[in-house]
Amino acid sequence: MTADQAVTLIGERFPEAQVERGAPDRPGDPLVVSLRLDQWVPFAQVAKDALGCRFFAFSTAVDWKEQGLDVIARVDNLDDRVSVLMKTRLAAGASSCPSLAPVYRGADWMERECYDMFGIRFEGHPDLRRILLSDDWEGHPLLKSYAVDTPHPPYR
Amino acid sequence: MKKPATQIVPVWRDFKDLQEWEALHQQRPEGDKHSALFEQVTEGIHNFPGGFVVTTAADAFFNWARKSSVWPVTFGLACCAIEMMATFASRFDVERLGMVPWASPRHSDLMIVSGTVNIKMAPMLKRIYDQMPDPKWAVSMGSCANSGGPFRHGYFVVKGVDRVIPVDVYVPGCPPPPESLLNGLLLLQDQIAHFRRTGRRAAPTPKVD
Repeated sequence: MTADQAVTLIGERFPEAQVERGAPDRPGDPLVVSLRLDQWVPFAQVAKDALGCRFFAFSTAVDWKEQGLDVIARVDNLDDRVSVLMKTRLAAGASSCPSLAPVYRGADWMERECYDMFGIRFEGHPDLRRILLSDDWEGHPLLKSYAVDTPHPPYR
Repeated sequence: MKKPATQIVPVWRDFKDLQEWEALHQQRPEGDKHSALFEQVTEGIHNFPGGFVVTTAADAFFNWARKSSVWPVTFGLACCAIEMMATFASRFDVERLGMVPWASPRHSDLMIVSGTVNIKMAPMLKRIYDQMPDPKWAVSMGSCANSGGPFRHGYFVVKGVDRVIPVDVYVPGCPPPPESLLNGLLLLQDQIAHFRRTGRRAAPTPKVD
């Protein structure tokens, strides 16, 4: 499986997905695949089975304020050195996203961290609770709307 | 995580604002714990004609003993701990000042808060401090422990360890070199020399070289 084959395969299976390739002189760059929200889990399944991306590198999010949140995950095919960076955009104000944890076991803690920092509720996650911050923390600190200097109990 | 059933210490919601909270943590409401009987006896001797010679001499002796054997609890939090280790090691050698880094808070007199205290660590820090027997001292080492330092605007950091425990000496620097910490410890010894058995602490005197 080369990157070219991967692009072709993604084009066949997901014609609506936008695939962006890295610069030709940088073969290690991942394929950036922008997906609709309902294609998120099916694409992950295809990436795992057909593209051979069995390693879940990370999952994170970007807060674009009134334009909504980007949810980002990177999966790697370590044997053939093909990487896929999958992106999806949540609707403005929405915080619900289907979980990749049933497909990738490695997504479990990553999505917990993503929930912790951005407040994204991953539907179908087996154990969605805070992972880094304490359980009684108020708010999600990496959101742009989080006021950092608000007094927070008890030591702020 | 299970929440504690009873709150013995006052918590955040009991306070009007941050200033009140910080005031509580700097003024030591319970003071340094000592026996009431001991205080009565020493006050009696002190007020007896000529007895003050005995009590002040005893005070001076005890303070000499206290400042000559300040045992810091080994409590390293971040990169400042490396400098603290260097201070404890042979080149700077605080052992010649009677300081033995001790691995148990129950045998220690001094806590050197060396590094960033984050909100998750603060309760543990408070617990270790509470485990130390009175009289006890605390040195805040480095910008992070003094005020939050470069992480002050982070969401996770305690903006100065004096919001958690009362601090006697602040050592500036990021991180403070061992000479700085050593100077802070000497200032602390100077402060301990003026310690009163009644639990009142002398105001830190500026040391003039």
